[in-house]
Amino acid sequence: MTSATTISGHQGLQMDEPLIFELDSPGSSGVDLPPPPKVKSRLGAVAARNGVGLPGLSEPEVVRHYTRLSQKNYAIDSGFYPLGSCTMKHNPRLNEKMARLPGFADVHPLQPVSTVQGALELIDTLAGWLKTLTGMKAVALSPAAGAHGEMCGMMAIAAAHEHRGGPARKRVLVPESAHGTNPATAAALGMTVEAIPATEDGRIDLPAFKAKLGFDVAAVMLTNPNTCGLFEREVKALADAVHEAGAFLYCDGANFNAIIGRVRVADLGVDAMHINLHKTFSTPHGGGGPGSGPVVFSEALAPFIPLPAIIHDDDGYRLIETQDDDDGTALAFGRMKAFHGQMGVFVRALAYSLSHGADGLYQASADAVLSANYILAKLKDTFNAPFEGPCMHEALFDDKSLKGTGVSTLDIAKALIDEGFHPMTVYFPLVVHGAMLIEPTESESKRSIDQFIATMKGLAERAKTDAASFHAAPTLAPRRRLDETAAARKPILKWKK
Amino acid sequence: MRYLPLTEADRREMLAEIGVASVAELYRDVPEAARLPGPIAGLPAHMGELEVERMLSAMAAKNVTAGSAPFFLGGGAYRHHVPATVDSLIQRGEFLTAYTPYQPEIAQGTLQFLFEFQSQVALLTGMEVANASMYDGATACAEAVMMANRTTKRSRAVLAGNLHPHYRDTTATLARFNGFEIVTGAPTPGGKENLESRIDGATSCVVVQTPDVFGHVHDLTALAAACQAKGALLIAVVTEAVSLGLLTPPGAMGADIVVGEGQSLGIPLSYGGPYLGLFAAKEKYIRQMPGRLIGQTTDADGRRGWVLTLSTREQHIRREKATSNICTNSGLCALAFSMHLTLLGEAGFTTLARLNHAKAVRLAEKLGDLKGLRILNDGFFNEFTIDVGRRANKVVNKLAKRGILAGVPATRLFPDSDGLTDLLVVAATECTTDADMDALARGLGELL
Repeated sequence: MTSATTISGHQGLQMDEPLIFELDSPGSSGVDLPPPPKVKSRLGAVAARNGVGLPGLSEPEVVRHYTRLSQKNYAIDSGFYPLGSCTMKHNPRLNEKMARLPGFADVHPLQPVSTVQGALELIDTLAGWLKTLTGMKAVALSPAAGAHGEMCGMMAIAAAHEHRGGPARKRVLVPESAHGTNPATAAALGMTVEAIPATEDGRIDLPAFKAKLGFDVAAVMLTNPNTCGLFEREVKALADAVHEAGAFLYCDGANFNAIIGRVRVADLGVDAMHINLHKTFSTPHGGGGPGSGPVVFSEALAPFIPLPAIIHDDDGYRLIETQDDDDGTALAFGRMKAFHGQMGVFVRALAYSLSHGADGLYQASADAVLSANYILAKLKDTFNAPFEGPCMHEALFDDKSLKGTGVSTLDIAKALIDEGFHPMTVYFPLVVHGAMLIEPTESESKRSIDQFIATMKGLAERAKTDAASFHAAPTLAPRRRLDETAAARKPILKWKK
Repeated sequence: MRYLPLTEADRREMLAEIGVASVAELYRDVPEAARLPGPIAGLPAHMGELEVERMLSAMAAKNVTAGSAPFFLGGGAYRHHVPATVDSLIQRGEFLTAYTPYQPEIAQGTLQFLFEFQSQVALLTGMEVANASMYDGATACAEAVMMANRTTKRSRAVLAGNLHPHYRDTTATLARFNGFEIVTGAPTPGGKENLESRIDGATSCVVVQTPDVFGHVHDLTALAAACQAKGALLIAVVTEAVSLGLLTPPGAMGADIVVGEGQSLGIPLSYGGPYLGLFAAKEKYIRQMPGRLIGQTTDADGRRGWVLTLSTREQHIRREKATSNICTNSGLCALAFSMHLTLLGEAGFTTLARLNHAKAVRLAEKLGDLKGLRILNDGFFNEFTIDVGRRANKVVNKLAKRGILAGVPATRLFPDSDGLTDLLVVAATECTTDADMDALARGLGELL
């Protein structure tokens, strides 16, 4: 099947759009600036450069360029986006409006503290929400994303072990189903990672973990609910065993949306957990960031936080940027990034929290779990569910039912594109063959979910007789399948004349 | 609750289909003692838009905004004018509410703008390749050092004393836990540092910032040669991206890796984040680079398109052998940066850079006339350091009370260093007016 051809290259609302470099009108600009006043240059030893090589476009051309590009993107705003583990929920526009209040957006991070009391109050208020929602003792706000939060949490664990003394603890145990960031984080901190296979029912093998625990283990990194969408029933027993061995339990909080407002991780024995504000707290992903990954800490780890910290006392809010006994930051371990964290994301996350309130969050996590279980129930006779439900906020299927059809998980994903859906997460977790991980979140109407279920059933039916149509898919998207092998073999990473 | 589409009837129907009586049954795998019976205590109930706006606006109102005062702060974050087009277009839902472009057929918008962004960053820095962004300049700097360690198989990094201290500290945090060594000099407000003498056969890289944290502009050519002679990489840091419209780029001076902060283009100050990490390098080091890379390819019909590429460097494929643990980066900030730069174009960007320099020169002229005040810089771009002859943080606090945001005291940047108490780092941009400069000169004149 080939796409319809037109004289212009456009296809209705789908505009073929060149690169900005191909739209260059030398000398054009979309910004009118005053001529620089005549002054004697004071650049010192370095010569002024002779041009940069950027293209010139007028403002209308720029507006059109980016509008056309935007129309080649799928987004939560356009449709169902059940990307498992990514929590693609509705991004309220109120959050955007609040983040753009000049009192938040037009404030410099190094202004005198007396001039930013409201900014510090906002951060401190969000910190209070995160601590209450998790039951944890302390929170570090500065990490910039989930993986950065993992790094912060694991640094705190390393710092705590170092402070306690004793032999080095360099081993980290992770379940085989962990996100790739977990082992990558541990390795970046000079730790060795051991992956422990799961049990038949998709959960941690507690005896296997216990057998591997020892006085050289720094931490266990656990995702709960796990990446199969299941709650780790034995988390408390694992936590006890981990603590008995003198290690810490790190929780990957990517799946916090399943339990927010209903379960406090402190009650599960967790010592540290990052929270993806860009997942659970509805701040937009923006095509890959920015995120924010605050980390909550148990009593045992609370002294080992990164700087800066915020203290609220009789003098108002203070920003603590250096280690200080009097401020309780003597054991703090330094900076994770420049300045004080992702303020713009904090504002959005607090707006989300206030909008939901305790009651709204209690309902939201329930709706997320209900919707996933509904999908599991409605599709489990069509696609194979490798694990017994109930699931938490995401439903997992493997490719067993596709066996012999010539249709793969990837083909299902590409066919879903033609059907107007964003595919689910595919081939993750790695522990399940041809995994399809479906996370509807609480933001979908029943009508939307039912349409997805009907489509999946229809695709399963068609797979039995018409594999060829799957291999050709997608045919209705802005592009058909792209050659990733060629892209990697001879990388073209920038525009060239 | 306005964000939840399921009705009570929907919920009942769905529970029936699942075959359970209540949602509580779906949570049966959670230990009973950990299940809360109702909404969590200690937090308010849900609020309407109006209530949320009131509450957050009240907090916002307690801050003094940069735009409300004569404003001279820099130090790694700069107040520039962002064209209205930028903030309007980045809020298109197709950009704002999309995820990382894992399904390229329906993410060409994101992939194309990131490819354009990579191309722009490569041009600006004078480097061969750039990635699709890091969290911010400081984390990009720390990752660059890790990359240099991997590339050279050495583990000692030399950091210039005039590197932004937050960049130094972020790198030091990673060094402590990763186990590599850093050699860092004391801050040198005069700008003359001998970095060459600190390079030896164990040095993996030298990290140097230009313009540096005191505003001095550096020619890196000799340093690059010294690095090359010892087999170390030169990492250049740029915290003011607009400077690249006027100054010889680090790539042309022999840098191996260039990292920087992209906040100056398209991104509001926002009290320090989210910002945009820039990361560029020589092509031969590409397989050691951290972060996402976008590559050009063709689709099944032979049409040009873009995909995430060289993913075998990344955590989701390589796990503990990945070049970095980074996953989410700064996609939307990269869009804002790229869009602002596209609007400026060659003519606008180079004019903007000259305008910034001219404003700073003018500020230096006005302040240079003040008695008891000394400018430390021979060369600068849009930021320089002054000695005010008394404690700069007190001067800043006094001026703040008069409604002037005067600059960054050096002690705010280097609280543990001696001999910096009287130094103030001041910046000017296209936003700075003559009236602003006169207000600062008058304010300082009365205090000194």
